Amino acid sequence: MSEQMQISFILNGERKQVLVPMRLHIIDFLREKYELSSPRVGCEHGVCGACTIRVDGELARGCLMLAVQADGKTIETLEHLTQTGEIKDLQEKFVERNALQCGYCTSGMLITAADLLKQGKPASREAIRDHLSGNYCRCTGYEAIVDSIEAVMKKRVESGKRAAR
Amino acid sequence: MNVQSKPGKGGYIGQSMPRPNAVRLVEGRAQYVDDVMLPRMLHVAYLRSPHAHAKILAIRTDAAKKAPGVVLVATGKDFANIEKFAGVLAHFKGMKSAQQSVIAIDRACWQGEPVAAVVAESRHLAEDALELIEVDYQPLPVMVDIERGLDADASVIHAELKDNLCFSRDVDAGDFDAVAARADHIVEQTFRFPRHTGVCLEGRSVLGNWISADKRLTVYISHQAPNMVQDCFAKLLGLPESAVRVICVDVGGSFGIKTHVYGDELATCALSMMLGRPVKFVADRLESFVSDIHSRDHLVKGKIAVTKEGKLLAVSFEDRLAVGPYSVYPRGSAVEGNQICNITAQWYTLEAYRARMQTVFTNMAPYSNYRAVGHPVAVGIAEGLVDAAARKIGMDPIEIRRNNLIPDHAFPFQSVSGMKFEVMSHHRCLDELVKAMNYEALRKEQVELRKKGRYRGIGIASMIEITNPSAMFYGIGGVRVSAQDGCTARMEPSGSIVILHGCGEQGQGTETIFAQIAADAIGVPLETVRLVTGDTEVTPYGGGTWASRGAGVGGEATWQAARALRHNILELAALITQTDIGKLTIVNGSVVDSASGEEKITLAECGRIAYFRPDTLDSYRPELCVTRHFVPKQFPFCFTNGVIACHLEVDVNTGFIELQKFWAVEDCGTVLNPQLVDEQMRGGIVHGIGPTLFEHCIYNENGQLQNGNMADYLVPMPCEIPDMVVCHVSTPTKETEIGAKGAGEAGTAGTPAAIMNALNDALLPFNTVLTDMPFTPEKVLKGLGKV
Repeated sequence: MSEQMQISFILNGERKQVLVPMRLHIIDFLREKYELSSPRVGCEHGVCGACTIRVDGELARGCLMLAVQADGKTIETLEHLTQTGEIKDLQEKFVERNALQCGYCTSGMLITAADLLKQGKPASREAIRDHLSGNYCRCTGYEAIVDSIEAVMKKRVESGKRAAR
Repeated sequence: MNVQSKPGKGGYIGQSMPRPNAVRLVEGRAQYVDDVMLPRMLHVAYLRSPHAHAKILAIRTDAAKKAPGVVLVATGKDFANIEKFAGVLAHFKGMKSAQQSVIAIDRACWQGEPVAAVVAESRHLAEDALELIEVDYQPLPVMVDIERGLDADASVIHAELKDNLCFSRDVDAGDFDAVAARADHIVEQTFRFPRHTGVCLEGRSVLGNWISADKRLTVYISHQAPNMVQDCFAKLLGLPESAVRVICVDVGGSFGIKTHVYGDELATCALSMMLGRPVKFVADRLESFVSDIHSRDHLVKGKIAVTKEGKLLAVSFEDRLAVGPYSVYPRGSAVEGNQICNITAQWYTLEAYRARMQTVFTNMAPYSNYRAVGHPVAVGIAEGLVDAAARKIGMDPIEIRRNNLIPDHAFPFQSVSGMKFEVMSHHRCLDELVKAMNYEALRKEQVELRKKGRYRGIGIASMIEITNPSAMFYGIGGVRVSAQDGCTARMEPSGSIVILHGCGEQGQGTETIFAQIAADAIGVPLETVRLVTGDTEVTPYGGGTWASRGAGVGGEATWQAARALRHNILELAALITQTDIGKLTIVNGSVVDSASGEEKITLAECGRIAYFRPDTLDSYRPELCVTRHFVPKQFPFCFTNGVIACHLEVDVNTGFIELQKFWAVEDCGTVLNPQLVDEQMRGGIVHGIGPTLFEHCIYNENGQLQNGNMADYLVPMPCEIPDMVVCHVSTPTKETEIGAKGAGEAGTAGTPAAIMNALNDALLPFNTVLTDMPFTPEKVLKGLGKV
């Protein structure tokens, strides 16, 4: 129960070496040890998506992953995506279109949307909705979220085309 | 006089301004209770009864006390000095409830009732120690049967109450039997509205911090009504009101779930007082399902009397609803049923109305007000019956509504049940809806698709919604929940404005609309207005956000305070500039000549003189901080109205329902911020979709919740929800200067009926009618005789 393990990983661009309890989930580890509050605890059984983080560039559920599994990996939270400016356009669109109300799902929603936007291809509203299906929002009814992602996607695809010309 | 005709209009009201306070949320910088870390903070976990009803014979805590990191283990008896509580409204004649303890003593009355608490250095350690507590239970008879709960031989949960009846009400208006005798048809229908809960993504959370040196308790809590928490916690913990400060920063979803007093939250504060250290409790998902309030859970038998020409004459129904074992403190568990008696079908010109409602105690989770209290059921009964009547006489659903909705010119109007309506716009809304959805084209498409074996349905639900409640809601019943809101408007030396308000934010945009109102009322740029809410120490006393009261009541308080501040600024400016006050106005942060627009003095210069050189003003004393309060008095409630349409397709082979689209036309009076209203409607519609198609707290006969987790209890996902068209008709209330009515609940109120009517429209060729929500594929296939 109190067994611990030394891990080494990159957290939001910084190398960390730390002893972690074997049983600790990464969501609790990030929130409590590093005071990274953007990943939120929603259901703790992998359904709601509020704890979504990036592990080696891929989406992961913070409540279904142990902290020790971060060993050797690169972990990113919304704090980092905010700092790098990677999703500045999406964050601005979320505010402008009111794609959030209480904000509790928003970190997970943005990271999940960023994953779709990274693919650099246009997607239908249906495909956007499918991509978000592991992220629950209880406030908005989802439409404003889909609108925001769609708008940013169009803009990015267009500016990508312009750059290619 | 409404806002549009007011001077000093800066043009923010009516604009879709984005929410400045949303920026920190998209950057991951929100502060929910769980994000608050205090020095020496401890964590509490609660052991909950696995039985729905059981005597607690013994609790052995020795092993838990010795577990690593444990600071304190407490059982119900350790909280015996906390006053017991129950929500009983004095104006609800005959209402009763047993008194509840913060932690069960001697007896647990629902699966999930807390029976012991462990305080430890971390939540993990507290939960480890919980497993070491041994409780001897003696199971008692369990009452969960809504139909048999009032039978003479039913087991009674609280012997001192004699029976399981919490509250009943009969309304008999007009002579139902005589009126019904004139009808060509009496159509009967039974409805089932499932028990469901709110599933706020952020669980209930509280952090109590007792500082014994100050004899003060600071409560960080995820809640909608900070002043109510202050009042209730002070009373129950035996503290003076001034000793309790309640802080609500960001709240991760609430929907009515967070307007109540929960024993575990109160116990957390009591534990902080016992230990002299901060103690945090955050409900995890599994305990949320069995300890957050549940709602709805109605069995309704309804009747409607209609002539063959399509005139609706009378409605009657019997509604039985199953609440928990106690009436939830302080708002009670009976408002839902009472609202249904008041409003069902009251948007029609009926001649008679008869309602019987019985609210029954059960050994299921506590039950109280959830978004759109009573309305989805009231609208469900009425609109379900109206469509049943239309089917009976072969009339189009739009036509039967046009024939019977209260005419727009008939207001003010008193309904047959006695509801007083100031002004509504049912027919204009219905006309807008027909246009927006292209009703005729959808009907044609429906006919064509049926030929191909595809079954689409169109469902309409007209409705009303109680908003802006006066003191007739709680105050009259002796419940200390404020119907009034206070607002302080203050001008700083720089000319910027601070608004302090007793009505806070859970994401609806409350702070944004208050800023829009204040900016317009004074005449300053929006970005110079800053909002402070959610702290009982600094904000004027207010009711908080519930019953769609923020815009209409809180907004009017903001307008009144900001107008008073504007007057004081102008008075000061008139003195400084030696100008007649009647010739001055404020535009864009400057005092200008109202005729020429010439700048006389900036607000910053007024501020400089008022705060730093008042010696130059002779005997005049500037007052640049004013407080005003507002409460509605002309009408007990401000009713809004609207109509919702659902378009769906049923796969008759699998029973799956695919939602195609929703259209909503609503009238919330003055639309303060169109985008925010639209998003309240959309979010509200999805809260109506949930319990109509997916959400259901399923209990077995032993009172065990069968699906209390997010994998088994289904809430709407993005892929299941269609786009929703929202339109507005605006009929401002004249009771206030801003003219706003509420907008937070209409979507939830009308959607279940719209879906039910669309489903039955789709199934018309199969001669089956479904009224037992949620409409799962299994129930659809059963209705079609396929399983």
